[in-house]
Amino acid sequence: MTTGETLLRAAALDEVRQAKYSQRKLVNRVALTLSLMAMAFGLFWLFWILFETVRLGVGGLSLATLTQMTPPPNDEGGLANAMYGSFLMVMLATFVGTPIGIMAGIYLAEFDTKGWLANVTRFVNDILLSAPSIVIGLFVYAVVVSRFKSFSGWAGVMALALIVIPVVIRTTENMLQLVPSGLREAAYALGAPKWKVILSITLKSARAGVVTGVMLAIARIAGETAPLLFTALSNQFWTSSLSEPMASLPVTIFKFAMSPYENWQKLAWAGVFLITVTVLGLNIIARVVTRAR
Amino acid sequence: MSTTLPAKEMPINQSALSSGRVMTKPPPIKAARSGPMADRIFGVLAKGAALLTLAILTAILVSLTVSAWPAISKYGLGFLTSTTWDPVKEEFGGLVMIYGTLMTSFIALLIAVPVSFGIALFLTEMSPAWLKRPLGTAIELLAAVPSIVYGMWGLLVFSPVLSTYVQQPLQALFSGVPYVGALFSGPPVGIGILSAGIILAIMIIPFIAAVMRDVFEVTPPMLKESAYALGGTTWEVVSQVVLPYTKAGVIGGIMLGLGRAIGETMAVTFVIGNFNQLDSLSLFQAANSITSALANEFAEAGEGLHQAALMYLGLVLFFITFVVLALSKLLLAQLKKNEGAKT
Repeated sequence: MTTGETLLRAAALDEVRQAKYSQRKLVNRVALTLSLMAMAFGLFWLFWILFETVRLGVGGLSLATLTQMTPPPNDEGGLANAMYGSFLMVMLATFVGTPIGIMAGIYLAEFDTKGWLANVTRFVNDILLSAPSIVIGLFVYAVVVSRFKSFSGWAGVMALALIVIPVVIRTTENMLQLVPSGLREAAYALGAPKWKVILSITLKSARAGVVTGVMLAIARIAGETAPLLFTALSNQFWTSSLSEPMASLPVTIFKFAMSPYENWQKLAWAGVFLITVTVLGLNIIARVVTRAR
Repeated sequence: MSTTLPAKEMPINQSALSSGRVMTKPPPIKAARSGPMADRIFGVLAKGAALLTLAILTAILVSLTVSAWPAISKYGLGFLTSTTWDPVKEEFGGLVMIYGTLMTSFIALLIAVPVSFGIALFLTEMSPAWLKRPLGTAIELLAAVPSIVYGMWGLLVFSPVLSTYVQQPLQALFSGVPYVGALFSGPPVGIGILSAGIILAIMIIPFIAAVMRDVFEVTPPMLKESAYALGGTTWEVVSQVVLPYTKAGVIGGIMLGLGRAIGETMAVTFVIGNFNQLDSLSLFQAANSITSALANEFAEAGEGLHQAALMYLGLVLFFITFVVLALSKLLLAQLKKNEGAKT
């Protein structure tokens, strides 16, 4: 082979390599552009939804929305009873669900970390966490509503509490596991009994995280509609009795939004705005709390 | 570990202290004695709470089965393949709803998986450090928006837009084409399987993207850096190093999103059209899903076969989500195992 031939072949090879390299670079650029577009796509929906919610929601909002009862079609009114019902049921469900969730979380993180019961509980908890919320509603209907022959606020509270429990269990366990074991050992070395170590050392140092979990659970149930549809049902009037059907914001929105009446739809947008602000607000506060830790 | 420290040894230590050596100030005996009893109560309470979650799941399964029993015993598994749903004649079959649920979820995955992958790729490899956190938060907030908001927005804002700018052009484009044309036939009103699938996609993108981002971040930097050092482009590193390494986790995340999509109620109910017939395979056709059938009919269904059939549907739904979740758990556990083996 002469030098000339070698050089020629080298040049040809080089050309092939260059072509290959620029092709790889092109593929890379296309992929990264698509990735950028995917990011923009995700944000686009968030902003569109928030924009419409604010635009149409603020338009429907007035003082009457906060003070008057849900109206019949084509009449003036507000959402006061629905807001009160939502508030009451969410609050009670949180009070019922949180202690159970925290205790079960403590059991998983402090008493039995690797036993069979803990593993089964974790698995079951994951199932409950991702169980369709409407199935929870069916369950409460079968157990409570069909037995007492009446839709009631209590049934709604129970359905919501069943959604709170797995959320709180998960976050409590995760947060307790982050507490360094040196802290526990120091407390044991001082002779503290286990319950005291857990309550005033471990749980206390994981407080911010546990509170976050509870807040996320509240945010989750505040917007839940499906489990309330056939437990609390709805009520057009003000009621503070939990053994009667009770109005809630999400169910009222559902009913109003599907209707052809303009005033109902307007109120539904106002309700959507209120719920979105509450839920996103809780989420943002929860984030700030965990970060400030 | 501290957790294995037996509580029973505590009193022995205490008594040894108080009886043996002379101390200037002995520890208060009452406090020491309250330990074991309170410990036992506390332990029982904690265990009880854990057992309660097991009891809840069992109760859900049992009560759904009992309530659905009239329908189960009458139709058996034939319920799953029959398309008749006639409350007046009391004839029930769940195929229309099951098809609606699976089809909308499938469309949702088709859109959500590539987009989520893109978002995760952007967040882990491309985004400048200062943007990572706010962008990640924004995507996570999308997951927090209540589903009823998606539903109402989908019905009143999105579906008119979809109808005018997507469905009508598509229909005009494919009107004469065989097979493909059938997919786009039907009234282009913006309500039906396609719009439900799109709304579901928007809802599950944040879930899948968050899991993908998290598993991409557990890829050992050493692996990625070696690939970069060999001259790989970002895309090559991600597609040939990161993705194979996190395969199980990625699929687990997709399954998690699928579980969400299957169980979602409100967003679907608003836009699917609630139409209990399976006339054509058109994506524009109004249809029904398990969840929206439950949401619309259950409160009005009288006790009896209608309600039992709806309960049966609920049971089927629970079973599908259970299988999907179990698969995703299995795959995510697989990833953890590999992780341990390679480091």
